[in-house]
Amino acid sequence: MSGHSTYVPKTALGKWFEARLPVVRLLHDTAVSYPTPRNLNALWTFGGILAMMLVVQIVTGIVLAMHYAADSTVAFRSVESIMRDVNWGWLIRYLHANGASMFFIAVYVHIFRGLYYGSYKPPREILWILGVIIYLLMMAAAFMGYVLPWGQMSFWGATVITNFFTALPIVGQPIQTLLIGGFSVDNATLNRFFSLHYLLPFLIAGVVVLHVWALHVVGQNNPLGIDVKSDKDTVPFTPYATSKDLMWIVLFMIFYGWFVFYQPNFLGHPDNYIEANPLATPAHIVPEWYFLPFYAILRAIDFNLGPIDSKLGGVLAMFGAIAVLAFLPWLDTSKVRSGRFRPIFKVAFWLFGLNALFLGFLGSVKTDDIIMGFQAVVWAKLSTLYYFLYFLVILPVLGYIEKPKPLPVSINDAILAKSAPSSVH
Amino acid sequence: MTAKMIRWAAAAFAAGIALTSSIAVAQEAAVEYPLLKPTRQEWSFAGIFGHYDQAQLQRGYQVYKEVCSACHSMKLVKFRNLADEGGPGFTEDAVKVLASTYSIQDGPNDAGEMFERPRLPSDAFPSPFANDNAARAANGGALPPDMSLLAKARAVHRGFPWFVFDMFWPYQEQGPDYIVSLLTGYQDPPEGVTVPEGTYYNPHFINGISLRMPPPLDNDVVQYSDGTPQTKEQYAKDVSAFLMWAAEPHLDARKALGFKVMLFLIVFAGILYFVKRQVWRDVAH
Repeated sequence: MSGHSTYVPKTALGKWFEARLPVVRLLHDTAVSYPTPRNLNALWTFGGILAMMLVVQIVTGIVLAMHYAADSTVAFRSVESIMRDVNWGWLIRYLHANGASMFFIAVYVHIFRGLYYGSYKPPREILWILGVIIYLLMMAAAFMGYVLPWGQMSFWGATVITNFFTALPIVGQPIQTLLIGGFSVDNATLNRFFSLHYLLPFLIAGVVVLHVWALHVVGQNNPLGIDVKSDKDTVPFTPYATSKDLMWIVLFMIFYGWFVFYQPNFLGHPDNYIEANPLATPAHIVPEWYFLPFYAILRAIDFNLGPIDSKLGGVLAMFGAIAVLAFLPWLDTSKVRSGRFRPIFKVAFWLFGLNALFLGFLGSVKTDDIIMGFQAVVWAKLSTLYYFLYFLVILPVLGYIEKPKPLPVSINDAILAKSAPSSVH
Repeated sequence: MTAKMIRWAAAAFAAGIALTSSIAVAQEAAVEYPLLKPTRQEWSFAGIFGHYDQAQLQRGYQVYKEVCSACHSMKLVKFRNLADEGGPGFTEDAVKVLASTYSIQDGPNDAGEMFERPRLPSDAFPSPFANDNAARAANGGALPPDMSLLAKARAVHRGFPWFVFDMFWPYQEQGPDYIVSLLTGYQDPPEGVTVPEGTYYNPHFINGISLRMPPPLDNDVVQYSDGTPQTKEQYAKDVSAFLMWAAEPHLDARKALGFKVMLFLIVFAGILYFVKRQVWRDVAH
């Protein structure tokens, strides 16, 4: 899409199509001739892995929907009949349920790769923001999907999360009522969540098209974070990137298969094998693992701040933690993209990564559990503080005070410099 | 400058801890149930090559039928499942005979009346009570949970850091381990602990210090025909294995297919590695 198209139709059919709808040219320019930096590492294959996961989720989801009944009286049973009586139903459901987790593992790798190598910086701001939108849609889809089996965690998770909206003044209560279709989570909730759960993946697919389009306009970032200067810096997408992507996709499938076949329930919650019961609250309501860091941020705000009570404060902090990502291109003031050349950023980044994992852990325990001598909520406050400090203070300030290491002139030069010592004999 | 910044950050961090810890009320963490984590057992169905032990499932069914089913339903399991591959391995005829010993209400017939008929292999296991309220009324207010999914629903969390290791060295048998521990874990309450009237102290119980279910098993309460020791521990293990099968009837098929799929993927990944190396051989990167 960027630059000059090298596609030349050879067959008569190809020429016929080319004159009417140049779709083959589009595919050729996107997936064959597209120049890709030759120094990309394995982290750059996660875009392809995510595309594969989206397809897996849509295909398994469509099959599941053929057997699933979105009615609160039979939903739980219909999922169990998929597990027991539908041919290969257990496989398809475990692929779908674990697929959601794999999707998030891949997206987190993808996001952290972008954070480290500065993939959000000009000219990739729109590309990055489209990614944040996809991530938001994924979270909505995953949350609604988790409600569908109508287990205890489905029901109580839906109750807790939809309750967030009531924290908003004036509009909160009507929004929640509209969202769950009544005054408590019930059959109406299940029906609209099923409808939306089927819709969202196609919205995601649509935004993915825009994401890939934007990527092909600006070109891929690379581990050095410097612009492509000449043809020497790139290789054609096919066969170079395709062969590498394919290998890593299959390696990722091995990881995926490990969970599906040997520990399909490791990433789920046992309480979801108990049918939803509005009269029995589970001792400990926890969201799915991929939401835990945000859950920890939500619970960290247990104090009132002027007119903002702790509930609204928690909800604002949680949504703020996601929203801040969209402003990242303007918060990071450094002109240097790649973390490789930023000594102080590197430290702050890895601390941010560890902090995110720690927040996930804190989201999984009770707020009054004692962790390393302090209540979990105390740690959650410190971790939340660092989460926001990273985006709102450290990144803006570092651009002015940090002295980056010298950048290579071009990708080609850097590769030659790297391979030179070994070729001297 | 980096060192200075790190020192500054460390000081700020320490100050933060001091500040927040002064706010934190030093109180005991809430009691976590079960008081005792389940004792880990050996299972034939654990691990990558795990599969159910057919004789054990048959014994387990016997224990379920003669002891548990007096109070616990198992609504999701059908008689025909007893003859399914990877299950207790009943013959089709045996299943037919077994199912027909129970009756079920069917209808309405042509005259518009409901009638009783013997159960068919396609019918589910019978429930001991007409409904949940009847079950509660007969059990001092406590509802004996349906056993169809119990072995998956009672997987007790091992917590950090164990779950990290469990990810790579699979441990998916927390549920049956819990059931064995519960069934054999009844004991007198320790000095100074009183349990609510009509409940029995059990430190392995997931939801408190005691439960309404009296100790259900004792030595020699079920007659085994294959010479297996008739001990409380053996019954507990056999019935837990059976409950795991009831909750996850396709486990054998899953692990067998998994091995083939994983083998294929590993070989395929190996081939793709060489493809990739061949493609990139002349390109420094």
